[in-house]
Amino acid sequence: MLLPAVILTFIFAYIPMGGLVIAFQDYKPWLGFAKSSWIGLEHFQFLFSMPENVQVIWNTLIIAGLKLIGGLIAPLIFALLLNEVRKETFKKSIQTFVYLPHFLSWVILGGILLDMLATKGMINQFLGAVFGLEPIFFLGDGTWFRIVVVTSDIWKEFGFGAIIFLASLAGINPALYEAAEVDGASRWQQTWSITIPALIPIMIVVGTLSLGNILNGGFDQIFNLYNPLVYDKGDIIDTFVYRVGLIDGKFGFSAAVGLFKSVVGFVLIVIAYRAAYKFANYRIF
Amino acid sequence: MYHKTKPYKVFTVFNYTFLILLSLLCIIPLIHILAVSFSGKAAANANLVGLFPVEFTLDAYEKTLANENFLRSLWIAVQRTVLGTILSMVIVTLAAYPLSRENRSFKRRNIYTWYFVFTMLFSGGLIPFYILIQKLNLLNTMWVLILPGAVSVWNMILLLNFFRNVPKELEEAAFIDGAGYFRTLISVFLPVSMPAIATLSLFSMVGHWNAWFDGLIFLTDHEKYPLATFLQTIIVQQDFSKVSVRPEDLENISQRTIKAAQIFIGMAPILVVYPLLQRFFVKGIVLGAVKE
Repeated sequence: MLLPAVILTFIFAYIPMGGLVIAFQDYKPWLGFAKSSWIGLEHFQFLFSMPENVQVIWNTLIIAGLKLIGGLIAPLIFALLLNEVRKETFKKSIQTFVYLPHFLSWVILGGILLDMLATKGMINQFLGAVFGLEPIFFLGDGTWFRIVVVTSDIWKEFGFGAIIFLASLAGINPALYEAAEVDGASRWQQTWSITIPALIPIMIVVGTLSLGNILNGGFDQIFNLYNPLVYDKGDIIDTFVYRVGLIDGKFGFSAAVGLFKSVVGFVLIVIAYRAAYKFANYRIF
Repeated sequence: MYHKTKPYKVFTVFNYTFLILLSLLCIIPLIHILAVSFSGKAAANANLVGLFPVEFTLDAYEKTLANENFLRSLWIAVQRTVLGTILSMVIVTLAAYPLSRENRSFKRRNIYTWYFVFTMLFSGGLIPFYILIQKLNLLNTMWVLILPGAVSVWNMILLLNFFRNVPKELEEAAFIDGAGYFRTLISVFLPVSMPAIATLSLFSMVGHWNAWFDGLIFLTDHEKYPLATFLQTIIVQQDFSKVSVRPEDLENISQRTIKAAQIFIGMAPILVVYPLLQRFFVKGIVLGAVKE
């Protein structure tokens, strides 16, 4: 019964790993793996010698880092606030609305954002009417671009990210709250001394696991929002690999960048899983 | 009782207001795009449309649905979603069942599990993957959209965790009645795992419907683009060279209301399955992901 899955995984996951040898070659598609000449670590030296290449790694770290922090705090606050709602139907309707963006692709959302963030779009109109601001060139200015990327990612995922916190909140023993009531604790004191400590293990799990993703800035999102004006501050490793490798045809160099990312990512994920196991007793299967 | 204290009542009012604002924030962009799609061309170009259509018309939808390229990509997306979901669910279910068994009855279980999990942690990356697809002659086929993602390790883990919670007695009873492994999987495990199967199928459907990047790089024949890839080139890249349009149609494609209509049709199936999905997924995800 395992056979189909084993074969497919071998073909589409393990064979490409073998293909990584081209990171050490001056790969020419018409010569193939066997005949292309070996150049050792030249691609890697090139990666770290060009300032714009190193900039790509920094961009990735900055964008992914901000997303990680926002993506941990926003769902947590949302879950805590939603947990205070006593009316079930109200709670359910709020959940229905905030989970929705998670299921839409960045092509759809990118299309909507491009429309809304244009200089004459809805958001600039709103800012102009309410605060009298000049139109902001959101998608043509590097700094604004980063802000848009991080904010829209948090906007898309905060609701769905809260599910796991809501599940943990539902698992807290009500007797703890009853005891605190008897002792005269206010709701704020209860949250601080019961709810937050109960959530710490799951926060550690979510936090450490997303740390393993620190080299993923979110290809789909950036690819659907960016343009040449913001390459300097918005280009991440994945978009860079795509552009340099498939568009410019530098297969070997691009594969080297990809390999660098895979290795660092692998080490980070393994550390993250170990940490999650150690501090919060989390296992994947 | 904190419920009756004054500060808590004030907090509750603020909390409800804040949560309502948050949920509005999540759907206002969708309402806006819907309003644009039903608005007249002039009103949309003059940026007069907010949350309600101005000069209501169905013109944009008529033109979109008269566009052959759009309809073809829509049909390809439907085919891809149906075929891809069925294939993936069959393969994942077949693999999850043996992997859910105890170490005693399936000794190499851990080796196989790590064989799959390792692919989640490390990958060859885009370039070697692209070269592989090229060498396999899969460019421009439906298979390239379906096969590489068919083994979803994430779904497999969720399902195997679900299978583990099936009572042992059920399985033993089936064996005693003379059922083999296949029979047991089909007659015992599948019926009791319907919530999990439904959740994962719906996730898989949403994934296939939304996927656009594989189409963009592996289909050089633009007539084979599924809807998501088609929309990506038209709306995001604004690249009309790939859709073989006649010059007189160009204005129709780049028009803002038509783009809005295309975006809306592109997300409509998700808006339809989403309410069905929501009933199951909290249970499905949490059961698989959080363990005591």
